[in-house]
Amino acid sequence: MTRSPAPVRPAVRRSRDREESRAAYAFLAPVILIFTVFLMAPMAFTAFISLTDWNGIRPVAQPGAFDLVGLDNYAALAVEDGLTQETYMRALRNTLQYVIVVVPLQTVIALVLAIVVNQAWLRGRGFFRTVYYLPSITSSVVVSLVFMFLFTRGGIVNDAIAQVVPGYQPIDWLNTSDGLVHLLLTPVGVTADTAGPWASAELGGLTMWEWIAGPSVTLSAIMMLNIWTTTGSLMVIFLAALQTVPRDIYEAAALDGATSRQALRAITLPLLRPTTYLVVTIGLIYTFQVFDQVYVITEGGPARTTITIGYVIYEFAFKNGQMGLASAAAVVLFVIILLITLVQRRIVRGGSLS
Amino acid sequence: MKGRSRLRPIGTPARAVRIILVGFIVAVAMVQVLPFLITVANSLKCLPAVQEFPQSLLPVPPFAVDCAVDGVTRSAAETSGPITFSPTLEGYAGLSAFPFDRWFINSLIFGIGVTLLRLVLDSLAGYAFAKLRFRGNRVLFILVISTMMVPSIVLLVPRFILLQQLGMLNTYQGVLLTLGVDAFGIFLMKQYFESIPDEIIEAAKLDGAGVLRTFVSVVLPISKPGLAALAILSFTSIWNNFVDLLVIVGSRQEMLNLPLGLALLRGQFGDTLVWNVFLAGSVMTTLPMLILFVIFQRQFTSSNLSAGLKG
Repeated sequence: MTRSPAPVRPAVRRSRDREESRAAYAFLAPVILIFTVFLMAPMAFTAFISLTDWNGIRPVAQPGAFDLVGLDNYAALAVEDGLTQETYMRALRNTLQYVIVVVPLQTVIALVLAIVVNQAWLRGRGFFRTVYYLPSITSSVVVSLVFMFLFTRGGIVNDAIAQVVPGYQPIDWLNTSDGLVHLLLTPVGVTADTAGPWASAELGGLTMWEWIAGPSVTLSAIMMLNIWTTTGSLMVIFLAALQTVPRDIYEAAALDGATSRQALRAITLPLLRPTTYLVVTIGLIYTFQVFDQVYVITEGGPARTTITIGYVIYEFAFKNGQMGLASAAAVVLFVIILLITLVQRRIVRGGSLS
Repeated sequence: MKGRSRLRPIGTPARAVRIILVGFIVAVAMVQVLPFLITVANSLKCLPAVQEFPQSLLPVPPFAVDCAVDGVTRSAAETSGPITFSPTLEGYAGLSAFPFDRWFINSLIFGIGVTLLRLVLDSLAGYAFAKLRFRGNRVLFILVISTMMVPSIVLLVPRFILLQQLGMLNTYQGVLLTLGVDAFGIFLMKQYFESIPDEIIEAAKLDGAGVLRTFVSVVLPISKPGLAALAILSFTSIWNNFVDLLVIVGSRQEMLNLPLGLALLRGQFGDTLVWNVFLAGSVMTTLPMLILFVIFQRQFTSSNLSAGLKG
């Protein structure tokens, strides 16, 4: 900046500026055009369709193809008793369970792996990074098929457990709708019938017991799949952040008599806080959208315990011909993801990706 | 440096702790790799051998056991004696009952086409945001970046309608136009171009080069690492893409890409899953990515790409 530009007469400079801004608009034109037609317009259109009862079959431009129904679709999802509400609430419950289990686990495992792999005394850092990253380059459909293969009743996972646990009754991983909490409480005598009258009270079309029964065995298997897939790429993000921490800080801490555990608590973890927020946000955004695995592995079964918000949007739209409902559910999902992003931005100002 | 011999190197935990930590990361590494090995091994088995336990990952002699007699696959029960893992391409041959080659070519066309478009359009836009002065720079950039927050699943319905109206459902141009620009790529290129010193651009200007000329013959040639990162990211994400392409091309069998094709296979077989065929398809879908990964490992494991890969 201190270098003075060559003397240019003002008139020439002004014409250069004009040339530059004209070029800028030209450079941006294709992007703006494509985004407007294929992204912004469809978004606005989703919001509009969510206020209609369009069935997706009659051409949308045809007069009388749909009626405006106001906020009926949103009401049907959230407050009106009925099958739609029950479906949506079930999907919401499953998705929340999914998010609550997957995001903390994948974040913690990725963080621990990154810290260990970053240790100065460890040899073969590149090897571990490569190995952990492999699942990230694999298609979600392939991972789903492979996990189906591993987790089928007569599959490798059950066989491996049977080798270690004598008398093991094979679990039908991909076809067991019992919730984990339910399975834990049953042996100690707590069931929907004995827990008290609150258990059969209804909220949003589901009983309280259904709300707290925990993820089904099948949903848990899909969670494991997700953690297996994403941990590696999240670890790489942590690792990159760790490598920007200068080693002298640790040496100075050691000279002050800090143990490695103290250094971890006082230096490493605080410095990783912005990265952790980033990793958690990425995790939240993607787990709220989970779709591919459900589509491939279970189609929402068994007993609808693996339907997710993403999956019911698809189901409303392309199986039931309820485009209005699908759009309303999509708008709600968009708002959820928007809120997550905004909260994350408030927490980390000036993070590298914000 | 002095005192190394008496003290442990700074920041090194006790030996027992180190053993536990290494044990942990090795265990995780095994969990990450085993499914790949199991997949490859079983894709090379005949169907009865797939169901044989304990699973063998390496071929076991004798290799003479036939799985199929006169083209009819025998079940494990019908086969006398232990079924060993004698490598066969039965699973891979099974793929020919489907337009698998077509899906492979589609994956290539989508991947290469979208990548080329993004290289051009994302870098043009990224350059404008990074280096050009114009009114509305910041506002437009925020608008573009905010589109990253729109999940594919939210666009399911309106994309379907739009492409239907334009007559572009199940067409290559539908794929290219819908996915040919992405906000993350623009962000990536903007960041990259910002790292180029202004002096280089000023010098080109003083030589009388226009904006486009400067961009093409001065900036792009020194931006190969950034362009390579963008190319790898978009090719990978399109090759593995499922949900966007499900809407755009999912309703015509010969327009599917590999993941959509595999999902179709799974759906068609219902509960009688022909595992060696599925796993062969999985290997064929993953192998090109694996080759790319081996060549471009460094670019893949840069953190920027990791953040974008899931999108």
